[in-house]
Amino acid sequence: MRAFEYLEPATLAEASALLQRCGGRASVLAGGTDLLVQIKESHRQPAHVINIKKIPGMDVLSFDPAEGLRIGALVTTREVETSYAVRRHYASLARAVTDFASIQVRNRATVVGNVCRASPSADSLAPLIADRAEVHLYGLHGSRSMPVEAFVTGPGKTALGVDELVSRITIPAPAPHTGKAYLKHGRRVQMELATVGVAVSITVERGHCTDVGIVLAAVGPKPLRATKAEGVLRGHSLSDALILQAAHAAMEDARPITDVRASAEYRREMVGVLTRRAIAQALEML
Amino acid sequence: MRKLIALEINGEPMEIAVEPHSTLLDALRDDAGLTGTKKGCDVGECGSCTILVNGTPMNSCLMLAPEAHGCSLTTIEGVQASPDTVHPVQEQFMRCGAAQCGFCTPGFVVAAKALLDANPQPTRDEIRFAIAGNICRCTGYTKIIEAIERAAADMAGLPMTEVTR
Repeated sequence: MRAFEYLEPATLAEASALLQRCGGRASVLAGGTDLLVQIKESHRQPAHVINIKKIPGMDVLSFDPAEGLRIGALVTTREVETSYAVRRHYASLARAVTDFASIQVRNRATVVGNVCRASPSADSLAPLIADRAEVHLYGLHGSRSMPVEAFVTGPGKTALGVDELVSRITIPAPAPHTGKAYLKHGRRVQMELATVGVAVSITVERGHCTDVGIVLAAVGPKPLRATKAEGVLRGHSLSDALILQAAHAAMEDARPITDVRASAEYRREMVGVLTRRAIAQALEML
Repeated sequence: MRKLIALEINGEPMEIAVEPHSTLLDALRDDAGLTGTKKGCDVGECGSCTILVNGTPMNSCLMLAPEAHGCSLTTIEGVQASPDTVHPVQEQFMRCGAAQCGFCTPGFVVAAKALLDANPQPTRDEIRFAIAGNICRCTGYTKIIEAIERAAADMAGLPMTEVTR
């Protein structure tokens, strides 16, 4: 592998100061499952690699019925996958991080790393955005937070400043009567990038949809909120016909491209199929 | 400049001098002389470099060598209980013909050991799930799954004849 300086800061403040000093020529290492591949394949050539695993307090995964879920920057996808609270209250996220690479990778890859990588096909992003997750950033000039949806600005691009790193992600506690689902479409289940992914979080009271989040993965430069589809459902009485109408609206929301994995036409078609199925699956959980 | 790391490999405390930008896989093979762990894809897709880090299966090609400082590692050289024995998974790989070219075998054996340590009586689906990150280009998966199933029965002291196909 190409040589770089390896650094192990002991605190967030130290990490942030190092990032500032390296002026964009440093990469942050948490799980490393994406970073090391990018370095080996020369997609990234950092002069410095900053391992943040020695920073205490960032490995916390906790759930509180009022506060919701907190995922520290060092929490692995495998920890999230096997957490009872996540499976119970954030089923779509649990599904997304289970259908993710291999156990060997999941034992190292972090959810925060998957978010910071900002891949259009990232598995965790769609359910996080559907659940209105927030990222918490730490920088030399203080901390700030923003929705994951705003944090990801394009393919591989985020709102992170040069001195900033993500310390944690939080997801609000689910409202009562909320069902969630994530469906990933690929040629096989494991060790696969999504051809199309659809995350749904839907809240239903007496047959009425009071709130809904539908997010599409791998059919746009970043995960897309299917606003037309959400609009079809929100505030209305649910029926099979309405769900079908929402699925058609999601096809209009999608902005797919043709690449090695599928054509744009096929992806758009699958958005319709998967949106309908994901809504049905989420409703079954109620 | 090389960096000295202290760690335990297969139960033995060791100190090795590693390049900070080398992978743990390269450090194991080139610096510690343990060449049982194989380098296949080197990008975390094939699983042939699987080792246990504090008992957990990981791809050693996706770890930097200095990250292993203070860790306890198990490689294919250390899966058996004593030097003159083999692990039940290895025994059944031989009996079932679960190795063809053999290149993927160390990774499969280590991944299977990790599964059986955590879940001594896995179902066939659980076995398939646990080894999804290990690729066999000879495609001998049926016999690999059978070997792991039989090793589980061996380790539980169950008779071997009842394994269903």
